[in-house]
Amino acid sequence: MKLSAKHYVGAAVLLFGAFAPLIINPYELSLLGRFLALSILAMGIMLIWGEGGILSLGQGVFFGLGGYALALHLKLEGLDIANGDMPDFMTWSGVSALPYFWYPFANPWFSLACVVLIPGAVAAAFSWLVFRRRIGGVYFALITQALALAFSTLLISQQAYTGGFNGLTDYSTFDGFDITSTGAAQVIYWITFAFVVAAYFTLRWLLSTRWGIMLRATRDGENRVRFLGHNPLPYKVGAFTIAGILAGIGGALFTLHAGVVSPALVGVVPSIEMVVWVALGGRNVLWGAIAGTLLVNFAKDQISSALPSLWLYGLGALFIFAVSFLPAGIAGLFKPGSPEERVYRRILNRRKLETAE
Amino acid sequence: MALKHIGLAAALLASTMLGTVPARADGTVKVGVLQSLSGTMAISEVPLEDAELLAISQLNAKGGVLGKQIVPVEEDGASDPSTFAQKATKLLQEDKVVTVFGGWTSSSRKAMLPVFQRLHGLLWYPVQFEGNECSPNIMYSGAQPNQQALPALTWAEQKGYKKIFLIGSDYVYPRTANLILKKHIAHDGLTLSGEEYVPLGGTDFSSIVAEIQKAGPDIIINTLNGDSNVSFFKQMAAAGLTPDKLPVMSFSIAEPEAKAMGPSLLAGSYTSWNYYQSLPGQTNADFVAAYKAKYGADSVVDDPMVHGYVDVEEWAAAVTKAGTFDPKAVRNAAVALGFEDSPLGSVKFAPNLSMVQTGYIGELQPDGQFKIIWTSPGPITPQPYDALTFPGKSCVAHTAF
Amino acid sequence: MQESAFLLGQVFNGVSVASLFVLAALGLALSFGLMRVINMAHGEMLMLGGYLAYMTLSVVPGPLGILVALPVAFLGAALLGAVLEFAVIHRLSARPLDTLLATWGVSLVLQQAARNLFGAIGVQVIAPTWLNHTVTLHSGPFSGLDLPFTRLFILLVAAIVLGAIALLLNKTRLGLYVRAVNQDRPVAAAMGVNARLVDLLVFSLGTGVAGLAGVILALLGPVTPTVGQSYIVPAFLVVILGGLGSLVGTTIASLIIGLFTALIEIFVDVSVAQVLLLVFVIVFIQFRPQGVITVRSRALEG
Repeated sequence: MKLSAKHYVGAAVLLFGAFAPLIINPYELSLLGRFLALSILAMGIMLIWGEGGILSLGQGVFFGLGGYALALHLKLEGLDIANGDMPDFMTWSGVSALPYFWYPFANPWFSLACVVLIPGAVAAAFSWLVFRRRIGGVYFALITQALALAFSTLLISQQAYTGGFNGLTDYSTFDGFDITSTGAAQVIYWITFAFVVAAYFTLRWLLSTRWGIMLRATRDGENRVRFLGHNPLPYKVGAFTIAGILAGIGGALFTLHAGVVSPALVGVVPSIEMVVWVALGGRNVLWGAIAGTLLVNFAKDQISSALPSLWLYGLGALFIFAVSFLPAGIAGLFKPGSPEERVYRRILNRRKLETAE
Repeated sequence: MALKHIGLAAALLASTMLGTVPARADGTVKVGVLQSLSGTMAISEVPLEDAELLAISQLNAKGGVLGKQIVPVEEDGASDPSTFAQKATKLLQEDKVVTVFGGWTSSSRKAMLPVFQRLHGLLWYPVQFEGNECSPNIMYSGAQPNQQALPALTWAEQKGYKKIFLIGSDYVYPRTANLILKKHIAHDGLTLSGEEYVPLGGTDFSSIVAEIQKAGPDIIINTLNGDSNVSFFKQMAAAGLTPDKLPVMSFSIAEPEAKAMGPSLLAGSYTSWNYYQSLPGQTNADFVAAYKAKYGADSVVDDPMVHGYVDVEEWAAAVTKAGTFDPKAVRNAAVALGFEDSPLGSVKFAPNLSMVQTGYIGELQPDGQFKIIWTSPGPITPQPYDALTFPGKSCVAHTAF
Repeated sequence: MQESAFLLGQVFNGVSVASLFVLAALGLALSFGLMRVINMAHGEMLMLGGYLAYMTLSVVPGPLGILVALPVAFLGAALLGAVLEFAVIHRLSARPLDTLLATWGVSLVLQQAARNLFGAIGVQVIAPTWLNHTVTLHSGPFSGLDLPFTRLFILLVAAIVLGAIALLLNKTRLGLYVRAVNQDRPVAAAMGVNARLVDLLVFSLGTGVAGLAGVILALLGPVTPTVGQSYIVPAFLVVILGGLGSLVGTTIASLIIGLFTALIEIFVDVSVAQVLLLVFVIVFIQFRPQGVITVRSRALEG
């Protein structure tokens, strides 16, 4: 196999990612780690939206489910629940005993399993209920948005069980290990990075299989798939479930990095912002989803402090611009033959001509 | 994935550019100011930040603190708790600020708390809240429940109101404040005639107005937040329940909200705070004049803004007393300070790091200002844990950090 | 107050909320029937209607200002709708999901523009005094029932708008074109219907109606940059329940959602009611995925 420039760039990025804790300072590392966690979710959006044609405006829900599944355990760690200890917020919410569904989360491994299982199960059940009645496209997008609204409202209103608007915060250990030290931050970063790499290569492989082909076929002509004797339902539900699981893993890792999980991250607005990361980066390219997530979030971190009003105009313009003029996103600029690349090359050529004159 | 580099490089470049602004010569010291400049809370937090910056500029005009000019490093919490935690980390780790003024929502404070404890920082939190927390790293100047909610109930009892209806936005402060109020309502032999919550930003009150009509309370205690108040008062008025027919006691309406909602809608309704712009005294008059001079003659000030302003003054006094900027020494000095004159009246910090301050009840006037109709007998000692609701819990004086 | 009066009062409240939903959702449903696109900036048309009411009332104060504000808001929102259709939606309408995202961007920009122009805290429209009355029943089985004039006024506006649009769709040539394009765009176009113009007209009609809804919202609450957001998600649910581009379907769906919410709120708080509403919608589409009224099958799209 001949190594191309693409491979060298890829290897350089991997090397940088792996050694980032030794290169950049702790604060930048915490930002990078948390945005990489988000990029795991973004790859899921790339899978369902770019490859499956399913637009979800409710990925925040699965992100939140994963984050909360882990946070439930982190809140219980160090508490003597057998003797009636409870997380502090329950006291001021008027609860007198730990709710029954919290108990199993005292076990770290149960909690870790739930990070995957709960978002996966909810995504599977929800998408099956909707897709089996052949409701898709715009309808599905609207229902997922209502789901995001309902879920965040529910989290806030059930304060006694979920921590309400404050969410869950103030963790110290996981299975006895201190997770707040600088060393732990590096370990959490490496875990996140490993998940990003694993998700990237797993999805790459998945999309190259027959399953991936069927998913794209469902996107391009669901009825044709049906007429050819295939049931599109398993592909759509399967993809949505995988995206839900990726969002859940991203949510759990983000919770570790941020030290807090709260309804602010799961509602309507954050859920739709997640889509714009992928829209900008490129919905059909895995690295585009990662690049878009990092780009938008680093930009937000910088711009929203200095010019908060400009950020909202910028975000709005980004939505309009990305889907109108860059449907394949930034990744499209690098893809030979894509409309974006042709436009890009035309500009380059014109510039060459101008300089030649 | 090459773009990752570009994004990162751009971000790093930008952060170094921004980071160089407060050049750290010998004559300056950096403090953090962390409020939401964007998102849903910006509307409340931007004026609060203005008040904090006013206090800083006044200190600098007087020669700074310990001979050093104070450089505020401003960050945007973006109305999102995880962003607050992230920016708090940045202020303490990257900017190496000596203290931070900021936060509004309980969620922002809760998210910042572990950061301040881990990095040994000191946060000055200026907003009334639900209590039930005493971190050694946070100075709580906003009212505890026994300094805002309970005085309102005491006043209502003295006025002879017996049947009380509780309505609030569905989040932590209203639910916890109402939990405490309900205990006291039962304990004092009053009647709870209803309790309703609306999601934050909720606008439809048709069902709740019907519930209120059915229950027929003597007074409504209202912990609704923001815009929901306008919808609530409008839909009450449309049903014929104006504040003069059914009194409403609100905990989240202050001068700016009254001004924006139109005093005609709310005139005659009551609020409970530890500060009103209309408070007498030269210190308050000077503060209001300075604020208007800097931010416009038609601007108004309210309780959280003044707490933000007083926090900066208290910090400066504590630094001066301690003779150092070290957060732990400053905290211990702040608690050791006696009563100081402030726009709020005479205040000091109690050993539990909350502020000893006076409670007032105001009645909204047609001009948008409040007439003070009740004052607590002397400054109220803050109780983070209500003794009736949370028996056996209390904050101890802090020695650790 | 009697229990029966309270119950009837809740039914009345449900209908009153439904009349707001129908005004907010009608434009979405009609354009969706024609073009298969959802305008996420539709909520900002309500917002615009509210701000136009505020501005109109500062020029024309007095008891009848609100009646002047209605046509002003209709025209203003219809005009902005036309611009939006022409500049964004039409260009993208072959890609419905992208239209959705682009119009979300438009909605962010419009909200921020309102924030910069009018301030984040919002403005107030004071209801004229002739609306500040209530009809109270003093006898009969429903004695004690209060019917606020404001809510009766909303019902009246909704009824007039629905009547006018029903006439437009069923009795005029434009209505014929709309129905034709709704049922089969290529055939209608082949018959000489200017489908492009029909799209534009229906879209701006729909945003105009949303502008009217904005004036009414201003009577019930504040006019803020995000006022449209609190009504937009229920409006989407109306579209899902209602069926494609059907006036009757949209009306029935609004009533279902309004009554469901008002009646369930007797038993649970507003937050839980919101969750139950979504559960209800998901259960509903298990049995009637095509919506209340079927103009065209949904199952074989795309």
